[in-house]
Amino acid sequence: MRKTVLLAALAALLSSTSAFAAGKTLTVYTYESFTAEWGPGPKVKAAFEKTCGCTVNYVSVEDGVALLNRLKLEGKDTKADVVLGLDTGLVADAKATGLFAPSGIDAAAVKVPGNFKDDVFVPYDYGHFAVVYDTEKMKTPPKSLDELVNGNPDEKIVIEDPRTSTPGLGLLLWMKSVYGDKAGDAWKKLSKRVLTVTPGWSEAYGLFTKGEAPMVLSYTTSPAYHEMEEKTSRYQAASFSEGHYIQIEVAGMTATSKDPALAKSFLSFMVSPAFQDIIPTTNWMLPAAKMDQPLPDAFNKLVQPAKTFLMSPEEVQKNRKAWVDEWVAAMGAK
Amino acid sequence: MHARRGISGERIGGAIALAFILGFVALALAPLLRFGGAGGIDQQLASVLTFTLWQASLSTLLSVFFGAVVALSVARRPSFTGRVWLLRFMAAPMGLPALAAAFGVLAVWGREGAFNSVLSFFDLGTKFNVYGMTGILIAHTFFNIPLAARLFTAALDRFPPTYWKLAANLDLGRVALFRLVEGPALMAALPGVAGLIFMLCATSFTLVLTLGGGPAATTLEVAIYQALKFDFEPGRAVFLVLVQVVLTGLVLAFLAAFPAPAEERAQQGTELRRFDGGSLASKLWDGAVIVAFLLFCGAPFVAILVDGLRADFPHLLADRLFWRALQTSAVLGLSAALLALLLSWLIAMARVSTGSRIFAGWLDAGGSLILLTPPIVLSTGWFLWLRGGDGFAPYILVAIINALMALPFALRVLQPAVRSHVERTRRLSQSLGLSGLQRLRIIDAPALSRPLLMAFFFALSLSLGDLGAVALFGGEGFVTLPWLIYARLGSYRTTDAAALTLILAAVCMAFAVLGTPSERRRGEAGR
Repeated sequence: MRKTVLLAALAALLSSTSAFAAGKTLTVYTYESFTAEWGPGPKVKAAFEKTCGCTVNYVSVEDGVALLNRLKLEGKDTKADVVLGLDTGLVADAKATGLFAPSGIDAAAVKVPGNFKDDVFVPYDYGHFAVVYDTEKMKTPPKSLDELVNGNPDEKIVIEDPRTSTPGLGLLLWMKSVYGDKAGDAWKKLSKRVLTVTPGWSEAYGLFTKGEAPMVLSYTTSPAYHEMEEKTSRYQAASFSEGHYIQIEVAGMTATSKDPALAKSFLSFMVSPAFQDIIPTTNWMLPAAKMDQPLPDAFNKLVQPAKTFLMSPEEVQKNRKAWVDEWVAAMGAK
Repeated sequence: MHARRGISGERIGGAIALAFILGFVALALAPLLRFGGAGGIDQQLASVLTFTLWQASLSTLLSVFFGAVVALSVARRPSFTGRVWLLRFMAAPMGLPALAAAFGVLAVWGREGAFNSVLSFFDLGTKFNVYGMTGILIAHTFFNIPLAARLFTAALDRFPPTYWKLAANLDLGRVALFRLVEGPALMAALPGVAGLIFMLCATSFTLVLTLGGGPAATTLEVAIYQALKFDFEPGRAVFLVLVQVVLTGLVLAFLAAFPAPAEERAQQGTELRRFDGGSLASKLWDGAVIVAFLLFCGAPFVAILVDGLRADFPHLLADRLFWRALQTSAVLGLSAALLALLLSWLIAMARVSTGSRIFAGWLDAGGSLILLTPPIVLSTGWFLWLRGGDGFAPYILVAIINALMALPFALRVLQPAVRSHVERTRRLSQSLGLSGLQRLRIIDAPALSRPLLMAFFFALSLSLGDLGAVALFGGEGFVTLPWLIYARLGSYRTTDAAALTLILAAVCMAFAVLGTPSERRRGEAGR
């Protein structure tokens, strides 16, 4: 009797280990809002597992910057096969770690504004930064960055801190793209309209929806969320005549991956319709490649920037500190 | 004071607790030094330092002053209806996550807040602008006036009733009473209370940035975060942490230099009675102080309540993730609170037992050190040791960090109580020949049940409100209640976040109630 129990247990153990050996696993490092229940993560996992005969394991950290830092700390010991969730501003730093391998993905599969092309990092979605305003509080939103800078100081905007947040850095680069050497002066003027500078997007958007300010720095896609989930068109993005700065989110495969073929097949899956269909209504960003389904209607009504600003990753890497210092000086001297 | 026989066990316990804390922090900092980033103080950092000290000093001064005013009024009225609820309420704000408090404060003082509605109702034409130093001070005092008031009230309530009686017999005037009785009692608690509040305000991050209005309002904590995150210069982060420790250490040393008056202690179980404060003027004053306090600190809670009730609760309660978050928070909170209680007990016992001023100084410093080392630094350093360490590692780490964060609070509650208790019972236990666990069970535990309970629930609600520094660890399972609030906010779900905040606030209030049992039960427990 005892023997049979033991045998059964042994058999169970063996079968489970053999199943483990047969099934491949793919470890994807990403950020938390990607793997959140309402994020794209769960659906992406299910869809990819259907085709790959593998198990997708997510390791999710706070955000894109934490993602890169984790890689830097782990170095060559990293367990990641794929790193998903960096943005173009971080790409130069990420390459400098030497931890990434060329993706081998055909650049023609990807279509994003701003001509971003890279042999290592593959875009999977994008969004333009935009000033989102409350139509109940603001009848005439600014039509350009210049109108925002020079507008009525009593109509406030909440922005994010470029020292601690990605959208904050986005606005910094946007201002720099438009004003160049005169960005400091422009920030000085804009500072009169800035209600406060928050550490991250959540705090800023929270203040905005609580009515503390009629404007906030967010994305062109924000109104789509309110439209689809809350059935309201109260919050709209302002279209700026100079153009908008873009955030492109990218993924790459590591040079240390034990199964580069699997990692590569994930990256090609990522730019296929099965993945792209999931993105708009879960990550609230725009697809970076072809979808099978039509884009939800709310997305077609979004602001379409006439021009896209995007600095090269190297330029951002080289100047970020000096520009942030300039920002602190200009904003501090209210 | 010379070391006494038979208490070396306490000192060993204290040394172990101290070694644990110092080791935990040092081990976190050490591996970070391998990475880049240099020391050095430039113009920008200098202005950050100046601002940090300035806002923390102002916040501390206001919190301590108004906390003392409230405590004097509450202590003068030992038996009014609702007093225990007032004391409980004082322990409620500390559990709120900073962002929740910021939203609460803004609902009252913000551009669209209640205060501005009142102004515009009376057509006063001006608009109150909270952003800037004003907002920082309001938020910091919202958190810390109740804390100071709670600790000061405990200090006054511990005072021997014979003093009040004597004061009444001598017919001391208001000024003389303050100078001879209340003042010294407050002074005894001052260094601990002011030091704690100073550290909390100096290391404030979210409140300072969100309400500060711009980068002119930046604390050292922000610079540390920036160094470790966006700039990724761990070496510089360590340097900045050391600057923070040294700078705050100087302030604490200055506070510790206040002469601590010798304290005599009440008999256990004696009923609290005050003979002063019978005049109508004093009754009106105390009433006004208490009402003002309740308005100032209660209004943001009302805002949280109103905001939270708008949510779709059935939907929220049906969410699997919510229950998992609650469960994780509960497990983490309980482990952290128990560890905090153990450490603060060891430190408090060692503190009263030691004859060495140097050891005492180390114990004091060790009990607070962690507040000056941002969680992101600790978790990054430990990440390097644990190498990814999925599974249980992050839970244990967060529990330890939370415990150490709660330790300074628990100590402020426990230490004065332990000191007076040990002084009072030293001869008794010596004559009975009790020591060690026996003494703990028979003499200490029953008499100290109240401060122990309070320290435990302080720690519990603090850990519950803590976001948990797991930024790098990841792992899908790690979902705490404050994390869930931030995650919902981070994905447009503000109403859900408001409801979760309300639930968290309610739990904190429940802990505050459990941490301060009613007076009647106290009398029974004392006998």
